[in-house]
Parts: sequence; C-alpha cells; structure tokens
Amino acid sequence: MPPRAFGWMRANLFSSVGNTVTTLVALYVIARVAWGVVDWGIVHAVWTAPGGRACEAASHGEGACWAFLREWYRFILFGRYPYFEQWRPLFVVLLFVALLLGSCDRRLWGMRIALLWGAGLAVNLWLMLGGVFGLTYVPTELWSGLPLTLILAIVGLALAFPLAIVLALGRRSRMPAVRGLCVAYIELVRGVPLITVLFMASVMLPLFLPEGTTIDKLVRAQAGFVLFYAAYLAEVVRGGLQAIPAGQEEAADALGLGYWRKTRLVILPQALKIAIPPLVNIFIAGFKDTTLVTIIGLFDLISTASNAITDPNWRGFYVEAYGFIALLYFVFCFFMSRYSQALERSLARDRR
Amino acid sequence: MAARAALWNDPRLRAALFQAAVIAGVVALGAYLVHNTLVNMARQGIATGFSYLDREASFEIGESLIRYTPADSYGRALVVGLLNTLLVAALGVVLSTVLGTVIGIARLSRNWLVRKLALVYVETLRNLPLLLQLIIWWDVLRVSAPPPRQAWEPLPGVFLSVRGIVFPVPVYSPVYRDMGIAFVAALLAGWAVVWWGRRHRARTGRAVPTATMAVALALGAPLLAFLAGGAPLAWDWPTLRAFNFAGGLSLSPEFAALLFGLTAYTAAFIAEIVRSGIEGVSRGQTEAASALGLKRGQTLRLIVLPQALRIIVPPMLSEYLALTKNSSLAIAIGYPELMSITNTTLNQTGQAVEAIALMMAIYLAISLVISLAMNLYNRRIAFVER
Repeated sequence: MPPRAFGWMRANLFSSVGNTVTTLVALYVIARVAWGVVDWGIVHAVWTAPGGRACEAASHGEGACWAFLREWYRFILFGRYPYFEQWRPLFVVLLFVALLLGSCDRRLWGMRIALLWGAGLAVNLWLMLGGVFGLTYVPTELWSGLPLTLILAIVGLALAFPLAIVLALGRRSRMPAVRGLCVAYIELVRGVPLITVLFMASVMLPLFLPEGTTIDKLVRAQAGFVLFYAAYLAEVVRGGLQAIPAGQEEAADALGLGYWRKTRLVILPQALKIAIPPLVNIFIAGFKDTTLVTIIGLFDLISTASNAITDPNWRGFYVEAYGFIALLYFVFCFFMSRYSQALERSLARDRR
Repeated sequence: MAARAALWNDPRLRAALFQAAVIAGVVALGAYLVHNTLVNMARQGIATGFSYLDREASFEIGESLIRYTPADSYGRALVVGLLNTLLVAALGVVLSTVLGTVIGIARLSRNWLVRKLALVYVETLRNLPLLLQLIIWWDVLRVSAPPPRQAWEPLPGVFLSVRGIVFPVPVYSPVYRDMGIAFVAALLAGWAVVWWGRRHRARTGRAVPTATMAVALALGAPLLAFLAGGAPLAWDWPTLRAFNFAGGLSLSPEFAALLFGLTAYTAAFIAEIVRSGIEGVSRGQTEAASALGLKRGQTLRLIVLPQALRIIVPPMLSEYLALTKNSSLAIAIGYPELMSITNTTLNQTGQAVEAIALMMAIYLAISLVISLAMNLYNRRIAFVER
C-alpha cells in the first residue's frame, strides 16, 4: 500500500479509538448489506422462467426474479400503449432526454433552444397521439408509463412557467388589487397538498364547466398540475426578482422605458438567470410528484409496475418491479440535482 | 401652468382602471364557474350545503383515536380523519427531526465512511418519489412480512408480522401519573436551577454545573416517584391468539408504512438543513471558542448550535409543513386520514365541492398555524443589526 493512502486512512478512518470502532462497525454493515444484495441479486437469482413458473419456486425471498423484468419491462415502461406502436413512445422518451441533455449546455440557452423545445413538444405530441401524417390514432387513456410521466412533468412545468411569471410580477406590483389576488392565489395553493388539487381537477372541474362539455382525464390532471406548480414556480421567480438591485429598475426608468419593456428587457432576463438553479429543483420535485396522478387513475410508472405484479403468474415481485422504476426516477432526479448544483456554482462564479 | 398630461396617460387613473378590469374579470370567471356548478349539481340532483355532515356515515374506519362507529355522522368521521392526520404528522415530525439531525451530523463526521454513508442515504431518499417509497414500505410490511405465527421478533416482545407491529406497553397504574407530575415539577425546578446558576455566574464569575443538575433532577424525580409508589412493573405483553396478536399496542401496516415512509423521506431533507446550518456558522467562531479554552461539546452547545438554529429553524418548519401535507398520500395505501375519509365521503354522498373545499380549508388552516409560528420565531431571532 502506498504511504499516502495509508496516511489518508489513518486520518479519515482510524484517527482515534472511537473512530476505528465506528469504521469497523460501518464496514461490517456494508459487507453484510453488499453480501445480501449479491446473494439475492446474483447467486440465487432466476434469469429465465418461461411463464413465471421457475420464479415461483425460487422466489421465497432468496433470490431475485430477473425473468420478471425481462418479461415485463416493456409493459412497465409503456403500459397499455398498443404493443406494435411502442416505438413511438420510445422515440418520445429519447427525444425528451436529448432535449434535456441539450438544454444543459449554457452556450445554447436563448431563443434557439426555446424554438427547439417547441418543435420537440409538437413532434412528441404528434408521435403520442397520432391520427395525422400516417400514424394511427392512440387515445390518451392508453398513454402510460415513462412517456406519461415525462409529458406530465415537462409540459406541466412549461405551461406553469408563464403563469408563474405573471403571478410573481403581480405579487410585486404596486397595485393593491393585483397584488392581493396574486398573494391569495399563491398562498392558497401552497397551503394545500398537491393531491387535493389533483382531486379538485379530476372531480370538480367537470362540475365547473357548462353542461355537456367533457375534458380528457389527462388534460384535467395536467391542468391541476399546472395550476399547482405555477404557485411554487412563482415564488422561485419572485426570489430572482428580489435579487436584482434596485438600480437596474431605476436605470431603466431613467431611460424612459415603460413597465412592459422594462420588465421584458431589463428585469426578467436577469431575474430568470438567477432563478434557474432553484427552478431545476422545482422541476425535480415536479418530476417526483407526477407519481400522484396514479391516485386519480392515470396509468403512470407506479400503476404499470403495480399492475405487472398482480399478474397471476408473476404475482408479488414488487422488489424487482418497484426497484426498476425507482432506478429510473433516481437516474433522472440525481442527474438533475447534480446539474443544478454545478450550475449554481458556475453562475455564482459569473457574478463575482 | 405646465401642460397637464392627457387624462388617459395619468398613471393613477390607468392603475385604477386596470385593477377594476382585473377584479371584474376574476369576479366574472368566479360567477361563471359557480353558476355552472349549481346548474350541474341541480341536474344531478345533488343538494348543496354542509347538511350531509350530520348524516350517518355508515362506513367502517380501521383505526381511530376517538370512539367511532359506522352509525356516527360524516362530521365525526371527518374529525377521526383529521386526528389521524395530526397523529401521524406529530409522530413523523418528532422522529424525522431525531433521525435527520443524526444523519445531518453524520454528514459532517470526521470519519470518511460515516460521511459517505450519510450522503448515500440523503441522495437516495431525496431522489425517489415519496409515493413510491410509501408503496414499497407498505409492500414490505404486507407481503414480505411473515404471518403472525412466524412473526419476526427483533426485540423481546416486539413482533412484526403482516398484521403490523405490536409491542408491549406498561399497564396503567396511578403511580405513572405521579411520575408525570414529578417530571413536570422537576422540569420547573431545573429551570429555576439553571436560572440561578446563570445569575450566580454573572455575579461571581464561577460556573456551576447546572445543566447536569437539571438533567439529574428531571430523571431522578420520576424515578423516586416510581420507587416510592412500589415500582409497579406490570407490562401488557402481546400474545399470539388464533390468527393475530392480543394485548400490547399494535400499529397497523398502513400506519407503520406511512410513518416510516414520511419519517425516512423527511429526515433526508432535514439532514441537509442541519448540515448547512452547522456549516453556515463560520469557522472563526469555532476557532475563537477553542482559543477561549472551550471543549468540543461546549463549543457545539454554546457557540455553534445557537447560531446554527437561526439558520436551521425556518426551513425546518417548512419541512414539518411539507410532512403534514404529504401525509395525504396515505390515500394510496389506505390509512384513514383526512384525505381518505374525504374521498370516501364524497364517493358516498356526491358532495364533491363541499367535501373537497372543507378538506382544503383544514389543510390551509394547518399551514397558516405553522407559518404563523414561523413568523413569530423569525421575529424573535432576527439579527439586531448594529
């Protein structure tokens, strides 16, 4: 062992008696857990099991049934979307991932990326819904799994964002009536759980509309999501607005800019830039919160996974099913949170 | 006289007109929605109003803090749900604070391995949806847990099975009440001792170990009361009957899953708050404290914590609020709290508007109370700038 590594271990793992005991206990726990995972996931695991038969015998908690995932991964990812059309949601997911990755590059920020997102959303909508240009029509009831989750999160936050800017500007307005309305809306929404808003959207929205109008269940959930997240995004935007020195506004006034031009050209570009890292955090929260639509009967990843494990031949492999979707959520959220932290550091460097 | 601007360009008039237009728009939208709702409800034959709260609920509720039978009213069922929400929120707040503080301090440990383990915990739990975690906990308790006959017994008398968790509780005796009184009296006396110690130190400059004395009082007085009362130690042990446990205190799998899930999830966020709070106290403070000859524990207690709490408490209260609101996810695993009871009620009565409005008002009231507490605290600890 090189002496430097030895010194490092001495300083960080064995600096005192208590520290050494802690290290040994931690190592023991890690070894036990790691062995348990290897034993369950590899040694006793079942890799192929036609019709689920072989897994039944091996599944008394001793080993994983990876055959289950081999059989069901497409259902968990795409759910009830017609089997032979599933290349379409696959493409949608890939396009979303490509757009998300592309947006991480700060050099691309600006009008171009906004246009690219607009085009991407249009293409994805066409791919999912079909009905024109040679694709068969797939009703939204059949949309499920990962593409549904991504659509709810991305479209939801994209639509909530303009509303959030209006609310944030309204909250800082000098007009008491406008300010009062915006404060009331933001605080009201932030004071209740998301699931109550989704319930309202799914149960009460049909009552609000004139007799005979029906709206799609997905659109209702999406509307609830947008109305809810607009309030949270508004607070983040307000944080950005507050961080701008008053001199900027005074300088814009001195140049004779009116309210809208001042806001559009001077205030918002700076405020939104400051607000981007917390906006990413809200996006992570929103991405995780899309799971709640399963409670109002939409077929998201949790629903597809829990449906897969009710199949009589494959009953009860919940660790495999939920572990699989947990991994998906974790990869998305972990990546975004790391990105947000890195962005915060690099923006802080810029401002210095 | 200078030329006056045209009336149309008077900013005050424009502001007034704009506001009037906004209010008129909002009122018109509201009136339109209310009108539609009334028409739709009349068409479906649903009576409006809250009179349904007095009608017989006629559904079972699995667990309740107050006496409840299906013959009771919807109103009482709602109270049962609210109490269950408050119960799980209160327990979750206490447990997640303890767990989160431990993990937050572990994130700053001198031991590399402990630091990394705490980091893995925080990153994993924060980046998975809470609903998924709740469902996994529930499945662990329902599916993977053994039947009562082969229940796990991690500690003597504590049984974990598909029926939930049972543990022994002491049989009530009047001595316990005396112990409680002794404890409260000891707390008051301890407070007095600390107060006296502080004055004594200010007068003479000599420190008295008042903290140790206060702790000894708080522990010793109930112990004395216990011994004086004849040390009654009758425990109500859970015993296995035909298909389930009798005796002891039992937690249903739903309650346990909700409590564990909320606690584990919120603790990850609290850990980060505690860590950043402690890191937020500048190093110079710690160094100055050790230059003054304070020990590590004293530095933490007297120098770092009071300053860190200023940073920690406000976001902590937001986490408590989030935990309370997140308890509404219990509807997915069937624990009868406010949201589930409301759901059952609106399914049975069709009073969707009233039931949802009432539920939202209750959550809003809870939120307002917590934000009020937050504002009071912020005002108390706000830095007095020189």
